[in-house]
Amino acid sequence: MTIFIELLLNGISLGSVYALIALGFVVIFRATEVVNFAHASLLLAGGYITAVLSDDIGFWLALLTGIAGAALVGAAIEFLVMRRYRGADHSVLAIVTIGVDIMLVADIGRRLGTDILSVGDPWGDRVLTIGAVSLAQTRVAALLAAGLLITAFLLAFRYTSWGVAMRAAAENAGTAALMGIRLGRVSLGAWAVAGGLAAVAALFLTVFPTPGLEKSTAQVAMKAFPAAILGGLDSTTGALVGGLIVGVTESLATGYQGDLTFLGRGLGELAPYLVMVAILLLRPAGLFGTKELARV
Amino acid sequence: MSDITDQNQNQKQKQKQNVPPLRAAAKTATRVPRPLTRPGGYGWVAGALLLLALPFYLDTFWLQAGLFAMAAAIGAIGLNLLTGSTGQLSMGHAFFLAVGAYGYTALAGDSEGRYTGLGLPTWLAALLAVVLTGLAGGLFSPIAGRLRGAYLGIATLALIVIGLHVIDNATDLTGGALGREVPALNLFGFGFDRSELLVAGVPFGSAEKLWYVGLALLLGCALFARGVLRGRPGRAMNAIRDHRIAAGVMGVPVARYRAAVFVLSSMYAGLAGVLLALVFQNVTPSQFGMVVSLQYLAMIVIGGLGSVGGAVVGAVFVSMLPQVLTRYSDALPLVATPGTGGVSPGEASAYLYGAAVVAVVLFLPGGLIRLVARRTTMSTSGEKR
Repeated sequence: MTIFIELLLNGISLGSVYALIALGFVVIFRATEVVNFAHASLLLAGGYITAVLSDDIGFWLALLTGIAGAALVGAAIEFLVMRRYRGADHSVLAIVTIGVDIMLVADIGRRLGTDILSVGDPWGDRVLTIGAVSLAQTRVAALLAAGLLITAFLLAFRYTSWGVAMRAAAENAGTAALMGIRLGRVSLGAWAVAGGLAAVAALFLTVFPTPGLEKSTAQVAMKAFPAAILGGLDSTTGALVGGLIVGVTESLATGYQGDLTFLGRGLGELAPYLVMVAILLLRPAGLFGTKELARV
Repeated sequence: MSDITDQNQNQKQKQKQNVPPLRAAAKTATRVPRPLTRPGGYGWVAGALLLLALPFYLDTFWLQAGLFAMAAAIGAIGLNLLTGSTGQLSMGHAFFLAVGAYGYTALAGDSEGRYTGLGLPTWLAALLAVVLTGLAGGLFSPIAGRLRGAYLGIATLALIVIGLHVIDNATDLTGGALGREVPALNLFGFGFDRSELLVAGVPFGSAEKLWYVGLALLLGCALFARGVLRGRPGRAMNAIRDHRIAAGVMGVPVARYRAAVFVLSSMYAGLAGVLLALVFQNVTPSQFGMVVSLQYLAMIVIGGLGSVGGAVVGAVFVSMLPQVLTRYSDALPLVATPGTGGVSPGEASAYLYGAAVVAVVLFLPGGLIRLVARRTTMSTSGEKR
């Protein structure tokens, strides 16, 4: 039972990190209807900046720079590439983000080489023990930070004028523009926010118990895609629930894979994708996604 | 209904009467098919002769690169049917390449030591591997038929992960991370193996012999895809891409078409996988990762979405780029030889084709093939209506 609770808590913590990534993904999709396949490379950029600077200027300042840097990279992609596209087909823009992703991953991958960088976080490998249950401090920090950020984001999305503008643009871009909302700024903001959230997620994907920032961190970040889509691409609630489902599934499948050997080694990597396929079979628009209604 | 078409025809006839007689005569004259009297016809013949003669002149390095490009072209044609013509994004193309490559290896290979294989005749194994890939695509059709565009793209990510998981675990079939040797193709007693054969004084190894197999397969695949695109199915696919609901209203079974195109596209990938396995002579999991799927998407975007020629041009561009950069890395600025630090040829080509994807979509909608096509339409604009 203790093992189960530990795995569950670990899963929830990991899931909240995935939810952070998926949230940024959903924000971009809602604001611009673009599926951003370059999201994993945004995360890699944020993590790289944090890891490189943390030795010189201290962890917290490096983290802030990393967040700002990833936000800047996101905004730059929007400003330099997305905004230049004049066509109407958004699935072509998704392919453009793939091109951006190829370039960014090649560049950061070249800088990293085979190194594994430590982000220099203050938690180290210390463990928090409550009763019989023990949990890595990094996981507790991840849960708290993600919870805080997600709450702040949802409040801002609901109550600030920026959030209202964002939701209006998602509802009907044409009407929103006529009401004086500057769509360019809305989508610029969405990309920047998504970059920032991804940088925070990068921190928690590279701290203990994972070895550090390496090339394959991008593949870990890929798990936010099933998280976003099984919740429903246009739903912030969906991103949260999807993230948690993916995190808990991964944690439980990894923890109990000794009992599931007939499914092969490395089940934890596979399980989130299987859950995604199963959910998409039942609900093609995801759990909370709006079913597409079309008026002809 | 017939009234309307009658009216249309009447209108067309009226319009024709308005056309000055000289131009009308020119139109009917050019409609007679005389392919070899046009400059394009000579171009095709010259190109074909050149391709047939290449094994006599090139060394193995370039032949292998060319074969690699041919396999990539077959796979890219398949992906272009799905993504370019039907508007369905797939990130799982590498999975189907893997099914083809490993399917052929396991079906044709012998059971020896730690490996399991059926030891079938190699041509039968190649055929069955393609069928097997089609079945794998068909198994995914409940999802491929219902999801659209980028949603399908993310859903197909699962295929890559599942594929790598199976490769990792079914080591008796696949050889795991170390890979497995691929049995050489043998067509009715003629072996495409390393044994050398002298043709007109030129020693023919496996690359030279496979070159002709690759050319034949590529030609067949390209013609078949062109037939699909120009016929009724192609129109239905484009209708689904351009307006799904309108296509459905006009009687196109949208879900069935999506699933069918997905199967067809995966069979193309399966054939490409078989050819890749034959060229590499060894299959390893690293040939079928996420990056490979992205490369295939880059190919069809750079070449031109929705056209067979575009897929071939893009495949040649993306798959030859690293080879060319590797070969000439000494002569090029900014590109270092592998292992010396600096930008390696592989990374340099990743920058280049990543940038090419972005640049093509922004500045050259229609891809590289459009550059060629625009010139021919300009020179032959007289005969185009």
